[in-house]
Amino acid sequence: MNQYWKYFLMLGCLGALVGIGFVSGPFVLYLATRIMILSIFALGYNLLLGRTGLLSFGHAAFFATGAYGLAITSIHISAHPLLGILIGVAAAALLSLCIGFFCVRHTEIYFAMLTLAFGMMVFALIWNLRSITGGDDGLYGISRTAISLGIVKIPIRNDYQFYFFVLFFFMVSVFLINRIYSSPFGLVLAGIRENHIRAEFSGLSVKAYRLGVFTVSGAFAGLAGSLSALLESNVAPFSAHWTHSAEPVLVSLIGGLQTFSGPVVGSVIFVALREVLQRFTYNWMLWFGVLLLAIIIGFRGGVVGSISEAFRRYSRP
Amino acid sequence: MLQSLVHVCLAGISAGMFIWLVASGLTLVFGVLRVLNFAHGSFYMLGAYLCFAVLKAMGGNFWLGLLLGPLIVSVVGYVMERYLLRLVYHLELPYQLLLTFAMVLIFDDLVKMIWGAGSIGSPAVPGLSGSVSIAGREFPVYNLFIIAVGPLVALGLYGLLEKTWWGRIVRASASDREMALSIGVNVPLLYSGVFMFGAWLSAVGGALAVPYVGLLTTGMGEAIIISAFIVVVIGGLGSLKGAFLGSLIVGLLSSFGTRFMPMLDMFLTFGLMAAVLLWRPQGFFAEG
Repeated sequence: MNQYWKYFLMLGCLGALVGIGFVSGPFVLYLATRIMILSIFALGYNLLLGRTGLLSFGHAAFFATGAYGLAITSIHISAHPLLGILIGVAAAALLSLCIGFFCVRHTEIYFAMLTLAFGMMVFALIWNLRSITGGDDGLYGISRTAISLGIVKIPIRNDYQFYFFVLFFFMVSVFLINRIYSSPFGLVLAGIRENHIRAEFSGLSVKAYRLGVFTVSGAFAGLAGSLSALLESNVAPFSAHWTHSAEPVLVSLIGGLQTFSGPVVGSVIFVALREVLQRFTYNWMLWFGVLLLAIIIGFRGGVVGSISEAFRRYSRP
Repeated sequence: MLQSLVHVCLAGISAGMFIWLVASGLTLVFGVLRVLNFAHGSFYMLGAYLCFAVLKAMGGNFWLGLLLGPLIVSVVGYVMERYLLRLVYHLELPYQLLLTFAMVLIFDDLVKMIWGAGSIGSPAVPGLSGSVSIAGREFPVYNLFIIAVGPLVALGLYGLLEKTWWGRIVRASASDREMALSIGVNVPLLYSGVFMFGAWLSAVGGALAVPYVGLLTTGMGEAIIISAFIVVVIGGLGSLKGAFLGSLIVGLLSSFGTRFMPMLDMFLTFGLMAAVLLWRPQGFFAEG
């Protein structure tokens, strides 16, 4: 696929997203907003998993940090959404920098276990510090007040207004992560995934790069968290639980780990399929498990990877 | 105060023994197959539900459930190893972990489909009901029985691995797979065997938990697998001795934590896990 097709496709997607914002009913808008938030989470996460080859079970903690950061700001300091998001993302980035500092000393299974341990420590704090986080009740009553930018005020209260608000952040995230993929930093990450010893020998500080990507992906998790707090108008402690960390993993895997758009496609499939399955059966997790098995055993490229592989094979002769 | 301490200790030890039954299988499977199995907690859950189902079908005999339930689970374990896990040994770690995670989702929902989503009660055990007086307070006999079972299983495992021919083969394959293959060990069969045995151990834990927990829920697998992860990390991945001591530590830590500082209980346990991983990733009790 050449460059023009890519731009064409991206413009088409953007057009479709804008179109959805104008014509859809509240339910579709809600789903589409959730898909975009999950996409931000998974795109950031896949920088770590797909690009650098590190499996983290602690990213729910950063998601929750973003959500609680926004919620606490909005309840105690100011309900300005941008300030809340700023604080949420900053808190998530800072926390992932601190946790990452320790985690990047290990790789493979030890890295996964360490992120699990730290993530669950954050969960334990959120669960137990009732006076700040509301304990198992979580925090609620987060209002979507208008964004005041000096003289103009942009309302985000309505579903479609908020949809465009999230769309803005989604586009910014896609742009930033795309830039990271093609930057020297992003290329080094892929090099580390392929052979970290060789990367070390070429004089690169592998740990510093790992810490860098860990923090970046933590910040995007925080952004997704604060947006979801605005969407749902509440935050719950289980958003920090390790089982929630599995969500971006599933999404990236369904879409395709080694592709840029994989997490976005995976998010669409994940949210849409879950809605459909829940109509027919209570046991939607069973079908996700089966889907996951099929992808791991048969289609490790994920949906995007498998389709582009088929496309390449078809167009070659 | 003293009697309270004694009882907190006893509660911690008996809770630790359940974790030990899961962690022993987990660490054995990791030591030989090099796969960290998320679904090991599901075997615990399946063991409990199947024990309960057998017990219901066979007129309420708990011991029959304890015998048959785990056997069925080890067959489930065989199918999982032979037809799924074997396909991913050559893949990178994320795929292996995620495959076992997918199995957690599948097992959870299968159990919900078969036995319903709510929790189901469990009966008393004939012969081990009632309680005895220890340090001036009542303590259930069944919990004492559990405290005895744990070390017995540990002794049995030690004997099996260190003193028998089979144990030598298992240890040899764990330390060098290629060498074991080249001297004619049927490694694939051995892998199946070890995985079945690990699943059986975990399911025995689950079956024994039926009278202990009082209520069966699908969440019991996830709850115990995380404790077992902590335990095998503290003890050193692949070390059985470490897993036994780690189980005691985690059991005691959580019972003392719940009793004296309920706010910090979970935080401390995971903090300990992180600290061990950082300073002694080979585990506290691993040799060398």
